Amino acid sequence: MSLRNRVAVIGVGTTASGKMPGHDAYDLGLIAFKRAMEDCGIKRTQIDGLIVNRIPDYQRFAEIAGMDPRFALVTPGQGRMSGNSIQIAASIIEAGLAHTVALVYGNNGKSSGDQYGGEGDRYGGGGVGPWFPYGMTSPGAVHAIMFQRHMHLYGTTSRHLAAISVAFRKHALLNPEAVMKKPITVEDHQNSRFIAEPLHLLDYCLINDGSAALIVTSAERARDFPKKPVYVRGFGISTKLKGSSLPPNDFWFGPMQQVAKQTYEMAGVTHNDLDGLMIYDNFSPTVLFTLEGFGFCKQGESGEFVQNGRLELGGEFPSNTDGGHLSNSYMQGWALNCEAVRQLRGECGPRQIKDAKLIQYMCAAPLATSIIYGTDPQ
Amino acid sequence: MSTPYLKPLPRIDGRNRPHWEGNAKGELRVQRCDDCGTPRFPASRWCPSCLSENTSWLKVSGKGKVWSWCVFHRAYFPGFEPELPYPVVLIELDEGPRIYSNLVGVPKDKIRIGMLVRAVFEKATDDVTLVKFEEDK
Repeated sequence: MSLRNRVAVIGVGTTASGKMPGHDAYDLGLIAFKRAMEDCGIKRTQIDGLIVNRIPDYQRFAEIAGMDPRFALVTPGQGRMSGNSIQIAASIIEAGLAHTVALVYGNNGKSSGDQYGGEGDRYGGGGVGPWFPYGMTSPGAVHAIMFQRHMHLYGTTSRHLAAISVAFRKHALLNPEAVMKKPITVEDHQNSRFIAEPLHLLDYCLINDGSAALIVTSAERARDFPKKPVYVRGFGISTKLKGSSLPPNDFWFGPMQQVAKQTYEMAGVTHNDLDGLMIYDNFSPTVLFTLEGFGFCKQGESGEFVQNGRLELGGEFPSNTDGGHLSNSYMQGWALNCEAVRQLRGECGPRQIKDAKLIQYMCAAPLATSIIYGTDPQ
Repeated sequence: MSTPYLKPLPRIDGRNRPHWEGNAKGELRVQRCDDCGTPRFPASRWCPSCLSENTSWLKVSGKGKVWSWCVFHRAYFPGFEPELPYPVVLIELDEGPRIYSNLVGVPKDKIRIGMLVRAVFEKATDDVTLVKFEEDK
C-alpha cells in the first residue's frame, strides 16, 4: 500500500541561527518546538509522538517540555537523520503507534565549539580515527577527496562549485534569518582560502547554534488545523554502509538511484513536475553528487548543469531558497525541510517560488534519503 | 637529542598491533580472512564478507596507486601546523584495501590520480613506524 499523502506537516518552527550562548541543545529545541506549536495552534496534549535529533536525549527533552508522549525516540545527530526521522514519523503514524508526532532538532554547535576535524572527529562513526597519524581528518576532507576524483573522472572544476555557493548566497540575502548577509561572486569563491583543497572556505557549511521543529500528523487530522496541510507525497531511503569509512567509488550514485526510484514512484511525479529542490549541502560538491544520483543530469554532467542560474530563484530548479547550509546555517537538513513546507504554503515573501506545489528534499550520504512534499491531497 | 613528536600517534597495542609491528620491520600488513580470503584494513574481529572470526595478517606487496587526495590548509592537529599545506593521499593497494597516507618525495603539484606508488617506512618515534608511499617509477 502506498504511503502517498497519508501524512502531512501541520506546523514548522525555526530559530534564526548564530551564536546563542546560555542555550544548550534542549533549550534551542524547545524554542523551535514552541514556534511549531504556535504555527498550527496545537496543544502539547494533542501530540503523542516525539522524535528528537541532535538533542542528546528524548527523556530529558520530554521532561523539559512537560510531555508524556506515547512514542519517544532520539536519532543520532547526523544530518542524514533529518530525512530519516521524518520518514520514521510518517511510518509510525501509519502504523498507529502515534497520531501526531513532533520532530525537534536542537544544535548548539557554535557555542559548544564543535569541531568536525581533529581528535573529536566522529564522522562515519569514528572510522577516520585510525588515519589521524597521517593528518587525515574531517568530513570536509573526505568530500574534498571525493570532489578531486570527480574532477579527475569528469573534468569538473572548482568554478563549477562556485555557481552553487553564489546561488545559495543570493537566496540567503532574501532570508532575514540567514547567517550570511553579504553577496558573493564567483571570484570571491575562487579567492576564499582553501580548507581542504580543492575545497575553499565558501564550499563549506556554517556551524551555528539554532533549532528547527516540525509537527506531522495524519492527512485526515491535518485538515483540522488552520494552515494548508503540506503532504508528504513520497519518500525513500537506501544505504551504502559496507566499507563506508572510506569514500564511495560512485559518489553514492547507487543508493541515491534506489531512493529516487522509491520516492518518485510513491509520489507519482517526475523531475519536471518539481517546483523547487532542497539539497543537503554540507559541502558544495554534495549538491553535484545529489543531482547526478537523483537523475537530474547524467553522471559527470552536474558541474555544467548547475551553471547559468539553474538552481537560483527564477531558474529551472530553484534550490535551497533559505540559503541552505552554505549560507543560511548548517541545520543538518531540518531547516531545509521547514523551508520546503513554507514554500508550499506561500509564506516565503521575497524568496517565494511562484505557485510552488511540489518540492523535493534530497540528502546524499552513506544513508541517502529523500522526501517529496506537495500541496495536492490527491 | 630529538625534538618531541607532536603529531597524533596511533594506538599500537590494539587490534591493529600486527600492522604496526609490520611497519617497524619494513613490511606492510593487512588482515585477511582465513575462510573467504578477503583482505581488510583497519582490523575488525569479524570478516565483513563472510562473518568468519578466523583471521591472519598478510604481508602485502606495498604497491598500489593514488585513488585520490586533498591538501590540508588547516591544522586540525597542532602537530601538523609546521607542514601546512600538507597533502593526504588515499592509496588503493594492489591487493584491494585502501589506506590513507602521505607521499614522500612528490611535490603536491605532481600528485596524480592513478600514480603508481610503493610503500616506504618512516620511523616516527621509538615505538611507532608509519607507512608512507613514494612514486614507483
